[in-house]
Amino acid sequence: MRKNKKRFDTAMKYSLLFAALASILIVLMIGFFTFREALPAFRDIGLGKLLTESVWRPGQGQYGILAMIIGSGLVTAGAVILGVPLALGCAIFLSEIARPNLRAIVKPCIELLAGIPSVVYGLFGMVIIVPIVRGIDVPGNTGFGLLSASIVLAVMILPTITSVAEHAIRSVPKEFREGSLAMGATKWETIQKVIIPGARSGIISAIVLGLGRALGETIAMIMVIGNSVIIPATSTGNPLSIFLSRARTLTGNIAVEINYATGLHESALFATGVILFVLIMIVNSSARYLMSRGSLGKNC
Amino acid sequence: MIQRKIKQNLAFSAMWLSCGLTVLIMLFVIGYVIIKGFGQIDLEFFLTPPRGGLSGEGGISSTIVATVYLVITTLVFATPLGVSAGIFLVEYADNIKSRFVQKLVVFARFGVETLAGVPSIIFGLFGYALFVTSLHFGFSILSAALAGTCLVIPVIIRTTEEALKAVPNSYREASLAMGAGKWETIWKVVLPSAITGISTGIVLSAGRIVSETAIFYVTLGGSYRTPTSLMSSGRTMALHVYYLAMETRAFDKALATAAVLVLLIVLLNLVINIVSRWLSA
Repeated sequence: MRKNKKRFDTAMKYSLLFAALASILIVLMIGFFTFREALPAFRDIGLGKLLTESVWRPGQGQYGILAMIIGSGLVTAGAVILGVPLALGCAIFLSEIARPNLRAIVKPCIELLAGIPSVVYGLFGMVIIVPIVRGIDVPGNTGFGLLSASIVLAVMILPTITSVAEHAIRSVPKEFREGSLAMGATKWETIQKVIIPGARSGIISAIVLGLGRALGETIAMIMVIGNSVIIPATSTGNPLSIFLSRARTLTGNIAVEINYATGLHESALFATGVILFVLIMIVNSSARYLMSRGSLGKNC
Repeated sequence: MIQRKIKQNLAFSAMWLSCGLTVLIMLFVIGYVIIKGFGQIDLEFFLTPPRGGLSGEGGISSTIVATVYLVITTLVFATPLGVSAGIFLVEYADNIKSRFVQKLVVFARFGVETLAGVPSIIFGLFGYALFVTSLHFGFSILSAALAGTCLVIPVIIRTTEEALKAVPNSYREASLAMGAGKWETIWKVVLPSAITGISTGIVLSAGRIVSETAIFYVTLGGSYRTPTSLMSSGRTMALHVYYLAMETRAFDKALATAAVLVLLIVLLNLVINIVSRWLSA
């Protein structure tokens, strides 16, 4: 009886271990299958050509994803510029200023923002934001493009940045606050000169995580960015008019074409996926690195 | 001093403003979709399938069926796997003596973190390569559910871990002291006290599947007919919103479907919030 129980426990332990390994197995399988499918593209087109050629015409054998890389980069930059100040404002408000009962109302609201499906954000962008952007009087402006996409994306990454940054600010030790206030600093001076520097690496990693989310967003981007494979360019003398240009993201390139692509075209789309995957891995691991460094700093 | 006070007031107003703006954006997005959408909704909308073609006519009955079918299938795959993984990581992983298994645990943790950061279109691409084409499952509920499983597994593992960590150690010690085995303790003592926490993770995953579009856009096929088996193609409500908006520009119907979707998400969030508040109380 006793021995049986022990044997059963050991058996359970190893079957559970197997389940725990499922996630790393999935990661390896994702890597293996996407890379395997992308191999013909890397071999026949070459990584260099993929990354540096700006013409994407699968019908004529031209596979350059530079335009998509620039599109993804610009829309992410736009979203970060619009979303980060708002998100940090929210994070500081929630952790330092709001009373607990106000926080108990506002926090679920921001969480709800994270729960809204991306297709709903896309639809909202199409019916509200695109018509507003269309009102900007610049030749060739259709409303669909980087500006609309940046606005939608800014709202989508806001909850991620807010919650991670809030967590970082909250984990600044209480003594720091008390010390600064006791020295006669106002609450704002304490936030500005003690708390924000203390939570700096956490805040940066929050922004980097938001960046990773922005790079990976697909459906909402397809719906508002216009999806033209062109390198975004200014249409007037004003450099900001680049944001009125249509564009396509790396994610959009995959989703729009994968269902009908065959042969080398399909392989090139998988290569787009591999490049996106590597890019996001780099972004996410740097966020993780920053976060671990932040917690080390607190111990000393 | 007065100057410093003014500075503080200015800064605090900016924080108030950014937070107020965020809440307003949330209210505006949800309010707009629900108010605009609800004008189109009646009982018939829920009970008739989309009539297909490019007109955007008809209701959403088949998309509701497909959504429910897909959510259940995905959870059937993901829940046992995710919960077991969570149990191992909390109850066993820290007392492992074998060096080799310790290494495996590090890999497993790394896997969960990595998986949580993978963008959904990559899951879609992977699902398309493995399930749709290599394994010949085609565009089907099965392919979509398997790809969706990859998306929600980290969610279930993490919430399970948190729920198990919240169970006091004295429970375990008492059970073990009474002569119960390790697994007996977990099954009869730890899991029952963690069950509410674990179920929030499952509800959260259901919400992720309901709102996900990119994965299913490349694995589910998008047929508007009611799915009849695991091998049927289909379209979820979220996917239906996409097709209506992008392919037929039927914005009224798209908003109506989106309204149902948003209401469902608000409801799920409410459930999770109430449960977790009740848990922490």
